[in-house]
Amino acid sequence: MHVETSPRDPTPPRMGASMAGPPTGVTPRRGIEIRGLTKRFDGGYLYRNFDLDLQDGEFISIFGPNGCGKSTLINLISGMLPMDSGAVRYNGKPIGSTKLSYVFQNYRDALFPWMRAISNIQYPLKLLNLDKKSRDRRVESLLAEFDVRIDLHRYPYELSGGQQQTISILRALITDPEVLFLDEPFSALDYEMTLFMRERLQQVFMKRKNTMIFVSHDLEEAVQLSNRVLLLTRPPTRVAEIVPVLLPWPRDAKTLSNSDFVAVKSHCLDVFSREVGRGGEASFR
Amino acid sequence: MRSDAAGSPDAIAAPSGSAAGAKSSRVDGTLAQTQAPAAKKPRRSLAYTLMPATGPLLLIAFWWIAAETGLLNTRLVPAPGPTLSTTWHALLHGTMGHDIVQTLIRVLYAFVFAAGIGVPLGILVGANERIYRSVEFLIDFFRSTPSTAMFPLFMLIFGLGEEGKIALAAFAAFLIIVFNVAYGVLNARKTRILAARSMGASSMRIFADIIFLETLPQTFVGLRAGISVALVVVVVAEMFIGGVDGMGHRIIEDQYSYNLKDMYGSLLVSGAFGYGLNYLFLLVERHFVHWAGR
Repeated sequence: MHVETSPRDPTPPRMGASMAGPPTGVTPRRGIEIRGLTKRFDGGYLYRNFDLDLQDGEFISIFGPNGCGKSTLINLISGMLPMDSGAVRYNGKPIGSTKLSYVFQNYRDALFPWMRAISNIQYPLKLLNLDKKSRDRRVESLLAEFDVRIDLHRYPYELSGGQQQTISILRALITDPEVLFLDEPFSALDYEMTLFMRERLQQVFMKRKNTMIFVSHDLEEAVQLSNRVLLLTRPPTRVAEIVPVLLPWPRDAKTLSNSDFVAVKSHCLDVFSREVGRGGEASFR
Repeated sequence: MRSDAAGSPDAIAAPSGSAAGAKSSRVDGTLAQTQAPAAKKPRRSLAYTLMPATGPLLLIAFWWIAAETGLLNTRLVPAPGPTLSTTWHALLHGTMGHDIVQTLIRVLYAFVFAAGIGVPLGILVGANERIYRSVEFLIDFFRSTPSTAMFPLFMLIFGLGEEGKIALAAFAAFLIIVFNVAYGVLNARKTRILAARSMGASSMRIFADIIFLETLPQTFVGLRAGISVALVVVVVAEMFIGGVDGMGHRIIEDQYSYNLKDMYGSLLVSGAFGYGLNYLFLLVERHFVHWAGR
């Protein structure tokens, strides 16, 4: 399951950046390489010499038992949380020089309530010192691309939960990131809105083809959205299995009852149950 | 980006065709997930609007009846009619206006000093948890000490003139402001800071764009409490620290000279004055920190 790539020339040419299809025929040097990732927590190891390869332009879901450090893993990969040792590279470069964006679980706390929705979306561009004209142009084309019809002159607190999370996603997309980190982005929404947002996120993925790293506590969602599901063990966390999901896109609500989907999901559930059953307490150290 | 299932979770998209009039495109009421506040308040009846006036009118009525029936000794508490007419006269033709203005000037001076030092210092203290831990006790201690107990000390340092009164009021207001601002900074939502950092914002940028605004609601709570305390201290200081004018001075002079109608009038006016300051601040607050508590 675990595709190993050998360490290579650290500066591969940045050409052919646009991906044609699902990342099946990708040259192995592209993507995110995680090597020897180590992070301690409360005297124990959360991650110890953790290796992982993510392909460029893939949608990977991260799923695992409580406390296995799903969110911590993406925070370590993105560099938001310092690691004790190890290295993360994207297409051979250090991850710090990569354009990446974040979507958080709690949109209420992640959006800036003193700014109107449109200013929230534009804020990352403001940090890049873009003038107002090009900021407006970027937002306009983004809105057109995804046919968003929210009144952007409202403040976040005047919008519904789904609308607020849509604003968060747009804010993350405005800089055209190479890697998009999503930390349980739909878990604060009700089921109806979650289903809608999953379709919306798939549209984003199909159009942009950027690498998506999606933390989820909902197995159905994890399987529906990704082309690989990364299943983790209890701490010290290792890869339990990486399950490919070979279903055609887009995957709508009907996919959820498709027999192939159900088979992948139940396999993931088996792996998950096995890992939960192992009892984390004894293996924590 | 609409789902083809028309009318299903379409809360995100306004009904097609109304993109121009998007302002009016409220989210469908049938969608339970709308957390947006209702746009229109239900119409209230006139009786409901006048309800806040009930209490004061009852009090005046009670006052009037008590004075008329001899329940109150009118030599100690004059009837409302003469009191109010004396007050009106003092406001229009007498010196009460001057006293109000003098008190207001002192309060504003004290407030400007308190806020000018308290807000930046509060931010500094709150931004660094070690500094906060180090001075928390000190701030709490002085905040708990009755500031009026410091009269003699401030008289010694600043003398009996304006400086003493303003310095003491500023000190009392400063403690409240610094505490509230520091508390606000300390409790700034971590997710928002993290979000800004993930976008590549520098520490200075995060400070100016995020933490400062994040703290603003709590800062306003401190400022509002601060100006109320400044008013209290100024009025008390005017009574005792070599005052020649101001509402505090007026009230104590009225009491010495047994000018009770003017004294009660001054009390009412001082109350209205404090209420007005607080209300003004609430209006400013609602305008500038419209997102507070939402």
